[in-house]
Parts: sequence; C-alpha cells; structure tokens
Amino acid sequence: MLSTLYALLFYFATIMLIGGVGLRIVKYARTPAPLKIPTTPAPTTRSGVFWRMTREVVVFESLFKSNKWIWLFGWMFHVALLLVLLRHFRYFVDLSHAIWFWVPLEQPFGIYASYAMALGLLGLLVRRIVVERIRYISSPSDYLMLLLLLGIALSGMSMRFVSGTDIISVKMFILGLMRFQINELPTSPNLLVHLALVATLMIVFPISKLLHGPGVFFSPTRNQVDNPREQRHLAPWAAKLEQ
Amino acid sequence: MASLDMNAEGGPRLVPDDVFKIPKLACDAMAESHPYPAYPEHNMKIGFPGELLENWQEVAIAKIGELAKKNRAFQVYLDACVKCGACTDKCHYFLGSGDPKNMPVARQDLLRSVYRRYYTFAGKYFPWLVGARDLTKEVLDEWYSYYHQCSQCRRCSVFCPYGIDTAEISMAAREIMDTVGVGEKYCNEIIGKVKDIGNNLGLQEKGLRATLEGLEEDIEDETGVSVRIPLDEKGADILLITPSADFFAEPHIEGLLGYAKVFHQAGVSWTISSYASEAANFGMFIGSYENMRDLALRIRKAAEDLGVKRIVFGECGHAWRVAYSFLNTLAGPFDFLDPNYPVPQHILEFTWGEIQKGTLKFDKSRNDHYRLTYHDSCNVARASRMGDKPGGQFDIPRNVIKAVCNNYFEMDRDTIRESTLCCGGGGGLLTDELMDIRVKGATPRMTALKQVTQDHGVTHMAAICAICKTQFSKIMPKFGYEMDSILSVHQLVSNAIILDGQEVEEDAAPAGEAAVAEVS
Repeated sequence: MLSTLYALLFYFATIMLIGGVGLRIVKYARTPAPLKIPTTPAPTTRSGVFWRMTREVVVFESLFKSNKWIWLFGWMFHVALLLVLLRHFRYFVDLSHAIWFWVPLEQPFGIYASYAMALGLLGLLVRRIVVERIRYISSPSDYLMLLLLLGIALSGMSMRFVSGTDIISVKMFILGLMRFQINELPTSPNLLVHLALVATLMIVFPISKLLHGPGVFFSPTRNQVDNPREQRHLAPWAAKLEQ
Repeated sequence: MASLDMNAEGGPRLVPDDVFKIPKLACDAMAESHPYPAYPEHNMKIGFPGELLENWQEVAIAKIGELAKKNRAFQVYLDACVKCGACTDKCHYFLGSGDPKNMPVARQDLLRSVYRRYYTFAGKYFPWLVGARDLTKEVLDEWYSYYHQCSQCRRCSVFCPYGIDTAEISMAAREIMDTVGVGEKYCNEIIGKVKDIGNNLGLQEKGLRATLEGLEEDIEDETGVSVRIPLDEKGADILLITPSADFFAEPHIEGLLGYAKVFHQAGVSWTISSYASEAANFGMFIGSYENMRDLALRIRKAAEDLGVKRIVFGECGHAWRVAYSFLNTLAGPFDFLDPNYPVPQHILEFTWGEIQKGTLKFDKSRNDHYRLTYHDSCNVARASRMGDKPGGQFDIPRNVIKAVCNNYFEMDRDTIRESTLCCGGGGGLLTDELMDIRVKGATPRMTALKQVTQDHGVTHMAAICAICKTQFSKIMPKFGYEMDSILSVHQLVSNAIILDGQEVEEDAAPAGEAAVAEVS
C-alpha cells in the first residue's frame, strides 16, 4: 500500500518535473529577444559567450563579484548538491557495468558534501532572517524552499549517520519503478520523509523560482553575442513592422 | 573649487565617507516622488490613450502577457529571480535614499508580484505564499512612483547571477502604464517633439542654422581659423548625429566645438541634419519599440536624403546604446553606407582613430588647469562598445583624455568601468520635479569624486553623455563643486587641439557658465 503510494507519487513528480521544465524551456526558447542587450563588456563571438556562460554556471562569476557571503553559501550548496546527486547514482544503475566505475569512488565525496550542503543552506537561511535587506524581499515561499532543501539534506544524512535503512530494498524499489513494477519500499520513517520531500521538490520545481536553473541559460544579458553593428538582429514580430 | 565640509548652499555636506555604505531601510521614504503626468495630447501623439482607461486593469494585465510573449528577457527575468539579495546594495537610488523599494529586486517585485498573481499557478492559488498581489490603483500609483526612480543604468544586471536587468522590467512597466494612459510628461512630450521637429528641444531648422553659424564665429574668434559646422549639406561624407543639448547647453557646446575641430583637422566633409537633429531616443526610456523605431528611422532617412557615407554619433550615453546596440535592428540594414566603417561610429572612435593616424596635434598643457577624472556613463559602459574589443568603451575615452591632458586620475575601481555609478539623472528622470531623487541618486558618484578630490586634488570630471553633463552641472553645487566642474571629453580635445594655421597664444581655456536647461 505504502509502496504503491510512493510509486505513484514519484511517477507524478517525474512527469511534473520533466514535463513542466520541458514546457518552460520550450517557452523560453520560442520567445524572441527583440533587441541586443548583452551586459557589456560582452564577448564578440559565440565561443566567447559559451565561456562566459560556463563561468557563470560553474563558478557563479557575477555573484562572486557581487557578494562574497551569498556566493560562498550559494556556491557551496550547489556544488555539494551536485556531489550528493552523483552519489545517488548507485540507486539507479547497475554498478557492475564498466561506465559506472566512478560511482563507488565518488561515495566518500558525496558524504562530505552533505555537510557542505546543509551548511550552505543554513548560511543562506540565516542571512535571509538576519540581514534586513534580504528579510525585506523574502516571501514565505523563499523560507519554505530553503527549509524543504534543508529537510531533504538532513533526512538523507540521518540515514547515513543516525539510523540506516535497507538500501538494497530501496535500490530494488527504484529500479522497479524504472521498469514499471512496484517493489516493496522499506518503511524507515527517515526514508519516507526524505522521499516525500524529494518528490515535493520535483513537483514545485517548474512552478517556482527554481526555474532559475534553466532560466540562466536563456538570459539575454548573458547569452547574447556583442555584435549588433556587424550582424543585424531582428525578431520575427519586429520584422512585420517593416512590411 | 570644492569646499569639502560645506556644500555650496552652506549646508552640511551630504556625502558619507564610504561610497557603498548601506543605509538603514527607510520604508516609503520616496513614495511621494513622481514625475508630472503627461497631458492627453502628449500620450495620444505617440500612440497611447490620453487618459487612464476605464478598463485599465484588464488592459494592463493583458499587456503583461503580451510583453512576456514578445520579449524573452521580460519572461525569463520575471521567473528566474531567487531573491538571493545580491543586487540589494547595488542601486545608487537605494544607496542614496534608503527606500527599500529602490533595491533592484524590490523594484522588480512591484511588477513581478502582479505577474505572479495573474500568470502563475502559485500566485493564482496561493498568493500569500509567493507575495503575489492584485493589480489595484494603489499598485499602479506605486509603479508610477518607483519605475520613475530607475535610470535604467543596468548596474544591477552586472551583479545578478542570472543577469536580470531591472532596466528591462522598468521599461516594460512604463510601456504597460503608457498603454493604459498613464504616461510621464517629460519623456512623452519630448518624443512627440522629435516626431514633429526632429529634436528634443523643438529647435527649428532656422534657429539651428543661426546657432551653428554663431558657433563657427566663436571658433574663428578663438583660433583665427575658419572651422565649419555644416547643416544639411548634401554629399558630405559623414552625418553627425548628436544630442540637441550640444547646440546650446554648457558644457555640451564645448564638446560640439571639439567635434568640429577634429573633423576640420582630419580633413573630412561632414554635416548635421536638421531633420534628424537629435541623438537621444527617449523611446527606449518608455520601453516602446515602435516609438524607438520611429525616431531611429529619421536618422536613416536623413542619411539617405543627404547621401552620406558614414554616420557618427556625438557624446550621448543612452543615445549611444540605441545607436550601437539597436540602430541596425530598428532602422537597418545600412548597406547603402560605406562598408569600410562600422555603422554607426562614436565620435570618440573617430577621434581616437585620427590620433592614432597622427593627423591631430595637441598642446596638452592647455588643459593643465584641470586635475581630471572620468565618469563612465552607464549606458555606454554596460550597454555598448567602442572599437573592436570588449571594453573599448572604457579604454578609448581614457586614451583620448590622456592624449590631450596631463593630470588624470581614476576614481575607485568599484565605481568606474562596468561598475560605474549612474549620474542619477538618466532614463527619463532629468526633470526638475524629480530633483530630490536625482540628488540622492547622485550621492554615491559624488562620494567617489570627493575621494579623488581629497587624494589627488581632482577639480573636474569629464563625461560623454548629455544627461550626465546636465545632471552634474545641476547637482554638483549641492556637493560643494562648481557647476562647471563637469566637462565634455571633446571640450578637452577642443582646448588642446592645434589647428593648422592657428595663432598660438598663451591664454586660458574657455570655461562657460551659461544656463543649463533640462533637456537631454
């Protein structure tokens, strides 16, 4: 019964996440940028833009220029989240396959990263509460999002550091879902909390500010080439004005 | 010169010691600041309803949806903000006023909260959760106040991890307001004037011709050399498009004299157009693509009618953004012009090119009575380029200044180049009723200037924007500087250049104190 409930929850969450974010990306991609508005100085070539975007996404360059504390906590959280996610590959793949050789090697990094993830989130939360300016711009959803992520991190860590769960069965459950069959899910409370929060995150992703993830790639101030004099840029709706 | 502890009016100095000292939040401190509303005829002249529509709410909400479909930046920026707070201490109007609604994210949220209410799942069903709110008359009034406290300078976009540009939101908000019949008098009246007459001032061809002839005489009196400032001369090689303030305001005119001397000495033929006698394009300020396009097409028509080969723009910040970044889009392609030159070119690109070719001779000592710094104008710095390398918009003006002056000093690195602070008067705010926010917005720049005055004895600041020049000449006296402490870069060129056949004599460079009017 519980296994079926969680199975359905994850199917729903997956559809919401992939479908919702997919639709959003299609919307962003189809919406024209009528004018050239890169924040200058900007690269004058496509490869330059690729490099600018890479720096922005990998090291959060603009945020680093802006505020060292937000950068520290924010970057720490995102990199740690990546390491933790990579660690979770072991629940989704057949580790005997050679291409997954790195998954066992990554495990200890994923564990340390969980500390960094929680610390980063805590730092962001404390700033949101303590710094007057940031408190002013915060809505309830801004706090809840941090609490949700913090809940995911702590419930996950509790399975490693407080009381474990039957991870073999968890893996069977997840592999089963990928083959559309429902296997028994262990009933440890921390696991159930962890999975419920993760599903919640997946569901709210496409209808919340988490859209900053795909959004950054479509930001005209960052992804446009600075070449308006050399190449005429014209949106389809603007071209109609010329007829 | 600056008296450092008192301002010119005798009050205590207004500037704090630290440019980026974060003020204590002063909620609604600037809520009463708003520009005069446009008269119905101003709005209608440029394609908007004269007065607030009966069903304005409906129309405004539909307009938000339309803009989100037409402009990717608007759509992405409404969605992507995570309220990280990185931008909160980056706006000069916030630093100067302490009003939290002048923090870029809070300014965006004035509109984002309404977008969320009508266009997002969370906002439709859980408005309290995500700070979504209904579009009411109070909200509209708040928009009118705070979207006219943004100079669209893009400083926040430099520091946002997603590149969210509050200027895009401000422009959209103003377009939405115009669409329901709530326009700003200053911008909308001026756009109408350009459509009728060709420039922001409403200066007719006859008056312009007389003005330019007077300036030719001034140059001849000063140098003994006959330097022409041609108007509407068909077949000239270069069409100069310059802000109309260059025709009558100080220190703008001194810059125009500089362009004329450079063209003369370079031996090129050039002309001004009475039909397109304005570089500034206020269509951008109100976010109206159609109006911006109409004004840009005048430049194209002038270039075609006069049969020129090149277009060169004078010193003007937002104008250079529209020229460099948008002109090709709005009024291109310019395949009828000489393909060997970029379209358009900036006068500083031209002058620097001539300096590199060695066609210009200077006596730098003629600028020795100045100890100078340079103010990067916001839209040149963050929305355009000069030359063929990124950052040329910073280097080329400095190269020219250093070629004509001996005493040059930089302000704090965090207040120049791409991090430059707006003068406080840009983006449609250069109107007297907004003087309070203009002064507050100028405070960070004035603090940075005061630092180099203390450290290096800097007496004057040069700029390449008509708005910056007008704004600074107006507000500098409130910070202990003379109104003529702001200079045109080509004024420095004009002072130092040695024309062929010029009688060289020892005298001071001209320092005008003529009245400065509030036009662009």
